[in-house]
Amino acid sequence: MSITVIKPGLLVTLQDTGRYGYGKFGISPAGAMDSFAYLIANRLVGNEDEQAALEITWSGFAVEFERSLWVAITGGDLTPTIDGERVPMWRPVLIKAGSCLSFQQPVAGCRAYLAVSGGFDVPIMMNSYSTYLRAGIGGYEGRALKKGDTLSVRLSRLPLEAPERFLDEYGGFFTVRWFVSAGGYTDSNREIEIRVLKGRQYDDFDEFSQQALFDEFFTVTPQSDRMGYRLSGPTLQVIHSNEYISEPVAVGTVQVPADGQLIILMADRQTLGGYPKIAQIASVDIPLLAQLPAGGKIRFREISLPEAEQLSSARIRELRLIEAMIKRKLKEW
Amino acid sequence: MSKSYSFYPLGDAAVLIQFADIVSEEVHRQVTTVARTLEQSPFRGWIESIPSFTSIAVYYDARKIIKPDGYDTVYAYVCNILEQQLDDATAEKGSVDKEIVEIPVCYGADYGPDLDEVAQRNGLLPEEVIQLHSGQDYLIYAIGFAPGFPYVGGVSEKIATPRKKTPRLRIPAGSVGIAGMQTGIYPIETPGGWQIIGRTPLALFQPEAQSPTLLNSGQYIRFLPITAEEYEHLREVSL
Repeated sequence: MSITVIKPGLLVTLQDTGRYGYGKFGISPAGAMDSFAYLIANRLVGNEDEQAALEITWSGFAVEFERSLWVAITGGDLTPTIDGERVPMWRPVLIKAGSCLSFQQPVAGCRAYLAVSGGFDVPIMMNSYSTYLRAGIGGYEGRALKKGDTLSVRLSRLPLEAPERFLDEYGGFFTVRWFVSAGGYTDSNREIEIRVLKGRQYDDFDEFSQQALFDEFFTVTPQSDRMGYRLSGPTLQVIHSNEYISEPVAVGTVQVPADGQLIILMADRQTLGGYPKIAQIASVDIPLLAQLPAGGKIRFREISLPEAEQLSSARIRELRLIEAMIKRKLKEW
Repeated sequence: MSKSYSFYPLGDAAVLIQFADIVSEEVHRQVTTVARTLEQSPFRGWIESIPSFTSIAVYYDARKIIKPDGYDTVYAYVCNILEQQLDDATAEKGSVDKEIVEIPVCYGADYGPDLDEVAQRNGLLPEEVIQLHSGQDYLIYAIGFAPGFPYVGGVSEKIATPRKKTPRLRIPAGSVGIAGMQTGIYPIETPGGWQIIGRTPLALFQPEAQSPTLLNSGQYIRFLPITAEEYEHLREVSL
């Protein structure tokens, strides 16, 4: 037994990079909404593979540590705190046995990731640890965490006796003196630009809708979740309201149902969709979108496919570099 | 296969191959053949393919694809690979056998609380509804909406029935329903507005099994009427 949930918070699930290869069975990938923050959290605690991490949404989550564990908290800043002391993010933190970590209130972004060294000990289901809520599979018993749930942790990949000269000690935890600078990824600015490609049915929309997509702001509504972001904005309409044949969709597909309000499909999306698709979010901007809370405003900007591919590969190179740097720092011990 | 398909980018990490813009069994046979070929000989960077009514989406991991000179985008390169695979798929003369999956269904009573309503609305006896519903094979055009949920060809117009005005909060897994001209089976317990005419003891979604769903795109469903005793017996042996 390693950590116990004291307060369940709004929605906390175990996630990894997602469950692939099962889309033909109607099983969506699920996985971390902000895959970038998820991956960094894992690397920071010495997990070189994709171990399950907690995806903590918004506020109210609290856990007690029954033994000392190396953790890393990344993603949205939900004010992680131990005994009133702010726990620094984006770096390895050794939490002492008996400490209670709680997430107070969101100040930037809306989803935090908590990885533990060695990973949470949950069964793998169809090659993934990700919780897929709709089907009740994966993660911790296929569901969100509840009060009293106890999660076991596998053998730590980082030594629990770290040399003191590398650490700063606080009441309930130690931290290293370095961190990953990732401020740019989870912007606290609630008005963001999201880059998109035109969707397959963009030309089916009337002129007003085609322009409004790029000229107007769209607001994230509270009806948004891991399945999709429902936006409110100008009403967009296709010229001829013919029935569309359902076809496969992807993460970041922007579809427009009959009421004319946009829905962006996210991690827990259905695999097929029958609404006209006006746009597709460039994959580089998915993590940014995943951190935008309800009330956040989006302006879409069109980019070309070559641009989207270049941005995506630049992001991957950046990630590789960060991974290599982390590995080097961890080796210093 | 004549060049009866087109490629479209589905964002920067997937290609949509479209074979036609009308739904037909013939088009779907093409979809099934190609989907099979792609699974049997995956290219480097291929993640998965999802077949649907008239199209297939191919998802890829651009990190694993080394784009040779002469291609502007990874997308263009993937399309080129797919084009060759699609040509091979034709060469194989994919004569897909008609694969029928029998689904035993106990119609009416608690298993199908809306059977009488469907019968009344269509001026039929409940037995006639059962006969019409189980009297044809249904091609599975796609699996989606929920894990293992089959999208199948239409039911006879004689038993088509609109959805319930107020959806039920809880429909048990295995329920067989009608919504308009559509019929389907609920793989997991969900709320829903379909007219429920029966229930199958088979598990359509088995996450622990080798193949997590009973049904696959491209197969045919044949509903087999069974009694309540047979239902309970089958339910017991399948657990």
